[in-house]
Amino acid sequence: MSHIEIRNIFKIFGPDPQSALELAKSGSDKDEILAKTGHTVGLHDVSLSIEQGETFVVMGLSGSGKSTLIRHLNRLIDPTSGTISFNGQDILSMDIPTLNAFRRKYLGMVFQRFGLLPHRNVIDNVAYGLEIQGTDRKTRNEAARKWIDRVGLGRYEDKFPDQLSGGMQQRVGLARALATDPEVLLMDEAFSALDPLIRSDMQDELMKLQAELHKTIVFITHDLDEALKIGDRIAILKDGKLVQVGRPEEIVLHPADDYVRTFTRDVNRAKVLRAKSIMQSEQNVALEDNSRRINVRDTARLEDILPIALQQEQAIVVVDHNDQPVGLIDRQQIGAALSPSDEEISTDR
Amino acid sequence: MFPEQLKVPLGKWVNQFVDWLVINYGAAFEAFADSLLTLLVALEQVLRGAPWWLVLIAIAAITWHASKNWKLVLGLVIAMFIIGMLGLWDKAMQTLALMIVATSLSVVIGIPVGIAMAMSNRLRAIMLPILDTMQTMPSFVYLIPALMLFGLGKVPAILATVIYAAPPVIRLTDLGIRLVDPEVLEASRSFGASRKQILFGVQLPLALPNIMAGINQTTMMSISMVVIASMIGARGLGEQVLMGIQRLDVGAGMEAGIAIVLLAVVFDRIGQAYGKRSQRTPNTGDAQ
Repeated sequence: MSHIEIRNIFKIFGPDPQSALELAKSGSDKDEILAKTGHTVGLHDVSLSIEQGETFVVMGLSGSGKSTLIRHLNRLIDPTSGTISFNGQDILSMDIPTLNAFRRKYLGMVFQRFGLLPHRNVIDNVAYGLEIQGTDRKTRNEAARKWIDRVGLGRYEDKFPDQLSGGMQQRVGLARALATDPEVLLMDEAFSALDPLIRSDMQDELMKLQAELHKTIVFITHDLDEALKIGDRIAILKDGKLVQVGRPEEIVLHPADDYVRTFTRDVNRAKVLRAKSIMQSEQNVALEDNSRRINVRDTARLEDILPIALQQEQAIVVVDHNDQPVGLIDRQQIGAALSPSDEEISTDR
Repeated sequence: MFPEQLKVPLGKWVNQFVDWLVINYGAAFEAFADSLLTLLVALEQVLRGAPWWLVLIAIAAITWHASKNWKLVLGLVIAMFIIGMLGLWDKAMQTLALMIVATSLSVVIGIPVGIAMAMSNRLRAIMLPILDTMQTMPSFVYLIPALMLFGLGKVPAILATVIYAAPPVIRLTDLGIRLVDPEVLEASRSFGASRKQILFGVQLPLALPNIMAGINQTTMMSISMVVIASMIGARGLGEQVLMGIQRLDVGAGMEAGIAIVLLAVVFDRIGQAYGKRSQRTPNTGDAQ
């Protein structure tokens, strides 16, 4: 059983969602339903399993339903039909007090425009979740200080949100979400409002934190590069429907359809692909001349393998985490991995 | 001519209804009126009994607390001083007491009603035309039944003032809560805040600048009711204006008019200063 199970979620916006639901279930698409009934389909039969400790990215353009989807996970929005469970616990059957208790204990959320309380200073914002839980002031301020230091805002405890830059405000947002030590972190376009450089910093920061904390993170973005950078797995949404779910390399190497392909075409493959997915598997790599070869880990990215490949003629040996050889990479494979396949070229032109 | 048969005897029904109220609930109205009157009389005694310089010091202290601006403090003290020099100090204190009670009552009723309106679109749809009516209906129309229920004097004056002056604080409380950033509300909900925690921890604090503006407007409108209130027996500055009109004593009317304006200025500036203060982040004084 996965940590978070989403099963057959439909969300239809409008005065009488049930009538449109029948149409949606019988296979009508978004435009058809809008034309016939005036209802908007937010999510169309979405099912996802999110594992404990993974960073799961939901990618889609605006209107794809990604923000609607993440709001289903803490029931800021309720689905028209379908089920959502955390560790087997059905969250849709919870009454309001149970739901609030669940949100307090289990979930943290980070928002695109930060959602900070403008009348509270940094420390009181970060301590907000603990205050809601009824923690006493001393304990919650201690916890808040720890997280403020952790996100690098140690000197800004007494500042107010409007005195901070966007990047700093989002650090406060992140510290606030982490201060209650939730198991699941929901991030709704958390870095989309930031400048490119700050955004990249924040992505690195998040990955660093995640390496230590191992939270289950559900991250929403419209930026494929961001998705590929931080996601362990990626789901791509279009018009409320799930188009593809997979690891970053699967998305880049095997896009499910033309829609996904248009996104992946411009991706810098060297940053995404890893040795494991481009190597030629070979169990019996000749060990005798091993000493002359340079090894790379199977998780190494292509961009780091490239300079090595340029220096030596021979194929590079790929080793797993036990230093056991698992495959070979030669220049040909690197060349093939860097350029889109013939099939793609033919569909593009 | 509009056909006579279609005429609805609304006026007669209203008369019957008021008669019925007076007969059946007269005692209850009287008890309510008495408690309100006790409050007003006590406040009036305090204000009129206190030495004039003590009242000036109190106003200076409140202004300083609101604005931290000594120029404003000085200006408002001078305004009050001028009222005294016009020989209208005692009457101004009577008006002040009436205003304070009427404004407090408006705020006590208005803020909860405004909150309820912000929570329910249906209630809002019902309340908006009622508020429009309260503000546009000529006050004499409801003064008549108020007189029948409460008799001549201060209590119907307070009620008439509340009916006229409460709408702004109701409207602006509703508006202020509705204008709170939806993402901030979502954030608060996502952390599991209960409705009460959201209302008192997020919505009301963020709506405060608007609510303060509403209270300020309510205060101003209750001052503008003093002349009408004096016609049904409330004492104070309005009485002086009325006397000026009746005796064609332009000078006396003018003096009282100036005193009312000065009193309004004093309250407006104090109210505005509190409104501004509620928009600032406490430790820096930066406007948002």
